[in-house]
Amino acid sequence: MKTDTFSGNRGLDLEEPLLFELGRPGVTGVDMPDAPKVASKLGGLEREGSIGLAGVSEPEVIRHFVRMSRNNYSIDANLYPLGSCTMKHNPRLNEKMARLPGFGDVHPLQPESTVQGALELIHVLGHWLKTITGMPAVAMPPAAGAHGELCGMMAIRAAHDAKGDKHRTRVLIPESAHGTNPATAAQCGFSVDPIPGNSHGRVDLAAVKAKLGPDVAGIMLTNPNTLGLFENEVIEVANAIHSVGGYFYADGANFNAIVGKAKPGDMGVDAIHINLHKTFSTPHGGGGPGSGPVCFSQALAPYAPLPMIVERQGRFHLIEHRGSAGEPGEKSFGRMRTFNGQMGMFVRALSYMMSHGADGLRQVAEDAVLSANYIMASCKDDMTSPFPGPCMHEALFDDRFLEGTGVTTLDFAKAMIDEGYHPMTVYFPLVVHGAMLTEPTETESKESVDRFIHVLKSLAKKAKSGDAQFFKDAPRYAPRRRVDETAAARNPVLRWTPPAPKAQAAE
Amino acid sequence: MAERRFTKDHEWIELNGAIATVGITNYAQEQLGDVVFVDLPPAGKKITKGGEAAVVESVKAASEVYSPVTGEVVESNADLAKNPALANTAAEAGGWFVKIKVADPKELSALMDAAAYKKFVDGLH
Repeated sequence: MKTDTFSGNRGLDLEEPLLFELGRPGVTGVDMPDAPKVASKLGGLEREGSIGLAGVSEPEVIRHFVRMSRNNYSIDANLYPLGSCTMKHNPRLNEKMARLPGFGDVHPLQPESTVQGALELIHVLGHWLKTITGMPAVAMPPAAGAHGELCGMMAIRAAHDAKGDKHRTRVLIPESAHGTNPATAAQCGFSVDPIPGNSHGRVDLAAVKAKLGPDVAGIMLTNPNTLGLFENEVIEVANAIHSVGGYFYADGANFNAIVGKAKPGDMGVDAIHINLHKTFSTPHGGGGPGSGPVCFSQALAPYAPLPMIVERQGRFHLIEHRGSAGEPGEKSFGRMRTFNGQMGMFVRALSYMMSHGADGLRQVAEDAVLSANYIMASCKDDMTSPFPGPCMHEALFDDRFLEGTGVTTLDFAKAMIDEGYHPMTVYFPLVVHGAMLTEPTETESKESVDRFIHVLKSLAKKAKSGDAQFFKDAPRYAPRRRVDETAAARNPVLRWTPPAPKAQAAE
Repeated sequence: MAERRFTKDHEWIELNGAIATVGITNYAQEQLGDVVFVDLPPAGKKITKGGEAAVVESVKAASEVYSPVTGEVVESNADLAKNPALANTAAEAGGWFVKIKVADPKELSALMDAAAYKKFVDGLH
């Protein structure tokens, strides 16, 4: 970006080149004597060029990443309204617990006798998850939400296979679903049959019933759904799918809206993943790995993956292999990753649960829903919503309020960047035109949500005042102006190439 | 020039002899926004009416292009694969997706004609 300073910096906004542009040959963080000249024993297989690492010193590396981090938007900096992502505050107590040496310094291959505390923690977390979901079994290994979906669908496949039901190939998925749902079903070898929504933004029960048949393996449904609405016929949907021998997979991405209030087990769910990194406040979005344990109904419990933890006479054991008849893991579909889940995230999630308690978790859902409804109600005169409220934990707007202004949802989102906010999720769900999916979460104060509402309303008014160019020019104050997304997607530059390509001789 | 027919999923189809050309409508490309990638089926692939014929990806979303008829792909638009922007600039001409050897030409008569499709689109927004 052009600036009027000699350096290109603007005060604390530092212009930073790529690490590779910074690097020069011969510079490293450590000083090593030259390697002695020896006869090569590699028989002509020696490296011919440089290995392509940037030559930079330790202070240069530190400065580079610190400067880059100044351009990072995070929940620690401001409200992060990205719908479907539940960007809530990560309490620092969680971090303190996760850094306790007994949890932070253990290795997954340590003997069981030396990690009883860590195993007990996983077991207790599993107990909380089973209690909160009202379901009898839990699998801790899945690495994140989509991995949890895969785990659930593999269990459904295993359950059908165990009954010899090889002909069940079809999975019903609402058109408003997260894209990972059809992707997971396809990954498991199922074909996807989309279910339309009804005029109230809920899954069309009659359409579900019309699609039932002996080849249906199950249904994947999110409750509340991606429109931020509670599926009030969820039990009827569960009964319908069970009536033809199918299973009910619930996408737990939106669990924050119902935690402590409603149990998926009571809704007839057979498998649900719980995003610990959303509902239970473990860092995500660049801040840490996800974690997606899956809770199972009695029908699917026998097929849960390995490893699993069992308690015997006060001692905790990891079941690593399928046991013989009658033993734990006998019918397990097997192992889906190396070890038993994300230990650091387990500690954070359990810290969050225990510090909130049952009543606190219930209040999480209540306040999250209240925040979203407060935004929806406050903006109703300036913005438009595709479905009448009340909503659950997400306020969904469409682009009807921008009709005739020349301003698009994308332009509106870019203007929010200038106002210092990460935009909400845009153009999702796909079934809503110009969608803006807004999730404030319960951890924002009323003052913070009020500031955000004022920004939304002022931008909506500005759009209607006829100043479309203001929006087309946004963002003005970001380190870079509007990116040409079309050119970037049509002609992606995926690798940095040196300005004057010449192979450096190996040293 | 043979008459064009249209689907509710915003594909167009035009039959010349036994071979039909299929693409997405102008309305569809407007809704998708800038198209950045198309995934076209190989010649010889059998496709069924209402089944997936191709995938079109824009800056907003990836969507299926459904086949308006049952038949066999005889050609995919190589120009479109190289230059996906054709789906925006010439959706109902040079930006066609596939040519299909139609199994039953009568399937086309159930589809909308241009006037009916215009009425259908006008009713959407």
